[in-house]
Parts: sequence; structure tokens; C-alpha cells
Amino acid sequence: MIQFQQVSKRYPPGQDALVDVTLDVGPGELVTLAGHSGAGKSTLLKLVAAMERPSAGAVLVNGQNVGALKPAALPYLRRNLGLVFQDQKLLFDRNAFANVMLPLSIAGIPHKEASRRARAALDKVGLLMRERAMPIALSGGEQQRLAIARAVVNRPGLLLADEPTAHLDPDTARDVAEIFLDFHQVGVTVVVATYDGALFPQARALRLDHGRLQP
Amino acid sequence: MNAWLTQHRHALMLSLGRLAATPLNTLLSILAMGIALALPAGGQLLLDNARLALGGATAPPQISVFLALDASQGEVAAIGQRLAATPGVSAFRMIPRAEALSHMRATEGLAAVLDSLPDNPFPDAYVVTPRDDAPHALEQLATDISAWSGVAHVQLDSAWARRLDALLRLGRAAVGLLAGLLGIGVVAITFNIIRLQVLTQRGEIEVSRLLGATDSFIRRPFLWFGLLQGLLGGLTAWALVFAATLALRGPVTDLASLYGLHFVLHGPGPEIATLWLGLAASLGWLGAGLSLRQYLRSF
Ligand SMILES: Nc1ncnc2c1ncn2[C@@H]1O[C@H](COP(=O)(O)OP(=O)(O)OP(=O)(O)O)[C@@H](O)[C@H]1O
Ligand SMILES: [Mg+2]
Repeated sequence: MIQFQQVSKRYPPGQDALVDVTLDVGPGELVTLAGHSGAGKSTLLKLVAAMERPSAGAVLVNGQNVGALKPAALPYLRRNLGLVFQDQKLLFDRNAFANVMLPLSIAGIPHKEASRRARAALDKVGLLMRERAMPIALSGGEQQRLAIARAVVNRPGLLLADEPTAHLDPDTARDVAEIFLDFHQVGVTVVVATYDGALFPQARALRLDHGRLQP
Repeated sequence: MNAWLTQHRHALMLSLGRLAATPLNTLLSILAMGIALALPAGGQLLLDNARLALGGATAPPQISVFLALDASQGEVAAIGQRLAATPGVSAFRMIPRAEALSHMRATEGLAAVLDSLPDNPFPDAYVVTPRDDAPHALEQLATDISAWSGVAHVQLDSAWARRLDALLRLGRAAVGLLAGLLGIGVVAITFNIIRLQVLTQRGEIEVSRLLGATDSFIRRPFLWFGLLQGLLGGLTAWALVFAATLALRGPVTDLASLYGLHFVLHGPGPEIATLWLGLAASLGWLGAGLSLRQYLRSF
């Protein structure tokens, strides 16, 4: 599903975020990505989503070299990804329901079908009662779950989450982790960057240290 | 096809929402566009009305040749022969002084005046249709004929009509120029509004891209916005011109009747109104498109 072939990423002017990373994530796998702050976890996920391009090596997603993708092809790659960003990137000018509707509108799903799916996704993360709430009125954990609902509403084959349980109390963190485990159960490939690998006991754990993958 | 419709519906709803979200801004920009568009539209309407009122005035030019009052029959006939021999003359007709008198007597109010005169005040005259109606050729022919002996006065009948025609042409050019300039104004207004929108919607644009939005998905609501705003501006212009027509219709009819004319000021017809609306919508769309080209690239 995801292959890194001797991938390095250097941000200008000379910050090495990833160094010679080679890895392979199979379809349906659940993988956690651990490492200290600045180890390169977010960078690795951004390379998969083509938000950044590798300085060296190749990143393949479903056999496609995403680093070499034409800008016009990018949207179609991203529609098959579910992305939970470290800073969530919710839209604060619209309510929870409208936030979850956005990926469906982008994919051109008819309104009725889209509403049904959006409600199902909100229900999945336990936010159906809050669908009319503006994100600002949601607690930190609720915002995390809303971001997850938006990431999964398009039923992506690959789910990438960057610190989805950061700043959550242990109980809430466990609830959120549970959601990812459910998606893993139904065959979705899941990669989660997290400090707290213990939340995902059945996952294959990868560890980054100063941009290098630890054996 | 279905997805395409869905996406346009989505974009249209989004742009309507944006129009409604800032009602005062929307109203002000629509008013600005309406006034900008109403000026050339009103000008064009006035010209159309003027052309309609002067419909018969653009007949082929004629030259009236008045002979001396004391010209003899022989002189009159000689001038007729000379006209027949002049290559610049295409046709001519003699109006005997008796005919001129009886024609004038038929005109209301003149009979009493004419009856009070001791003699027929009208000379014999020829009405000449020139072969070439270019202004300088007309002038030349008139000058030539006025030098003939027995000719008292030569008049270019159509001079006023030609001046009027030239005036109308000038008016049309001025309206065209005005329309061009104010059209650019409308594009500029839209350009700036869309620029501000792109800046305030940065977050949404960025997130949409990350969720797999194509460029056309992102551009669509802005283009719809420009188009709708142009359309509303065009509607405002139409309403302004229509109201002005209604307000001026009475006074114009009164004025025309003082000159013995029956004339009603016409408002914009449906074809013209549709044309304006289409044009206004296209200008709004164009302004939005240009703005997106400039500002969507920057992130
Ligand atoms: N856009 C950027 N420009 C320059 N340097 C960057 C950029 N993004 C990340 N870096 C640097 O690359 C390194 C890896 O960053 P990254 O965000 O991948 O770390 P991380 O493992 O996600 O850290 P955290 O756990 O704090 O989120 C860091 O040293 C960071 O300063
Ligand atoms: Mg990070």
C-alpha cells in the first residue's frame, strides 16, 4: 500500500527531517509511528499525502510514485486518503455537519446521499447529537473526533492520522484510538503518528529518531 | 453529468450564501455596478429613441435651386437645360412659383400672411438630386450652380439631417466608449471583491485542496459569485433605466407635442434587457476569472 524507497527529506535551508527511510506498509495493516518531537513523523505522513515532495528516493502509494504526480492528478490521490492533521484544520465558519460534508461535496456526491453518509460518520465518532454545533463550541476531544469523522466520511482505503490523541485525557484518548481500531478491523490501512503506542497494542510499531527509521 | 450538476449546485449555493452573508457589502457593490452599467445603457436607449424619432430624416440629399424673382421663362428653361447637361446631376424637378404658393397656402396659418402680400413671394425653383451625395461633392455642385446667371440662391436641403446623423454617430461612439470604460470598471470591482474573498477563504481553499478538491472545484463558487453579482448589477441598471424612462416619459411627450410631434419615450425592450443582463453577468464572471488567475496561484 505504502512504500518508501530510500527516502530523504531536507527542508530549506538544510534541515534534515527524514534520512534514507525505507519501509513497506501492506494493505489492511495498522502501523504506529513513534519518535521524539521533531523526529520526522509529520513529515513522513505529509510525503504520503503529497503535501511535501521527497528530496531523494521514491514514495509509492498503491504503486503510484506520488512525488512525481502531476498537480492535476493530486486531487484524485487525496480523495482515496483519509487525513487527520496534527492541527486538525477544521473550518470554524461552519458547523460540524458542514465540516464533514466538505469531502463529499468535493467528490461530487449528491446531497441526499452525502447527508446520510455525513450523519453516519458523525454517529461513528459519537458526535451526531452535536452536528449543528460550531467547532469552536466543541471540546478538544470532540474537535479531534470531528476531524476523524471528516477523514473517514469518504470511506478511504488509507487512513493517515497525525497525533489524533494528543492533549486528550487517557479515557478520551482510548475512545479515539478505538475508532481507528474499528477501521482497521474492516480492512482500512491505518498509519497513526503517536507518542502513545500503548493505545494501539495490535499495531506494528515504527520508530523514528532524528529522521532515521529505528530497526 | 450528475456529479457535474451536483457540484454546480453546491457552488451556486455556496456563492448565494456568500452574497447573503455580507448583505451591506453585496448591496453596495451591486449598486455601484448598477449605476456604472446604467449610464451607457441609458445613453444607448436615448440614442435608439432619437433614431426612432428621426426615422424619416435620412432621405437622400437634395439641392434646392431658387431662381431670381424676375427670371424670364427663357432663363428658367435655359437653367433646366444646363442642369440636364451637368454630369453631377442625377435628376431634377421644376417647381413653378405658382405651385410653391399654393403649397404654402395649404400650410396652417400661412394663408392669411400670404394673402396679405401684394405679389407671389416665391421664385421658380428646381429641386436637384445629385449623383454623388458625398458632402464635398454636394458642396461643389451647390457652389457651381449658384454661380450660374439667373440663380438667386442655392440651398442644401439635407444639411441639417446630415448634421443630425453625424451627431447621432458621435453619440453612438461616445456611448460605446462609455460602455467600454464602465465595463472595465465592473470587471475591476469584481476583481477586487474576489481578491478579498480569496484572501478571507484561504483556510477553506487550503483544506479543500488537502481533501482532494480540483482547481475547478475551488474556482467554481467564486466564478458563480462574480456572475451572480454581475447579473444583479445588470438588473439594478435595468431597474434604474426603466424608472428613469417612466419619470421622463411625461415631460418628453409634452415637449414633443410642443413641436407638433407625437413621440413616446420607449423603455428597454426584452431583447435589449436580456443582452444587458448577459453582458453584465459575463463581465462579473470575467472579473472573477481574472482575479482567480492572479490570486489562487499564490498558495
Ligand atoms: N516546513 C518546514 N520547514 C522547515 N523545517 C521543517 C518544516 N517542517 C518540519 N521541519 C523540521 O523537520 C523536522 C521534522 O519535523 P516533523 O514535523 O516531521 O516532526 P514530528 O516528528 O512531527 O514532530 P512533533 O512530534 O513535534 O510533531 C523538525 O526538525 C522540523 O523543525
Ligand atoms: Mg508532527
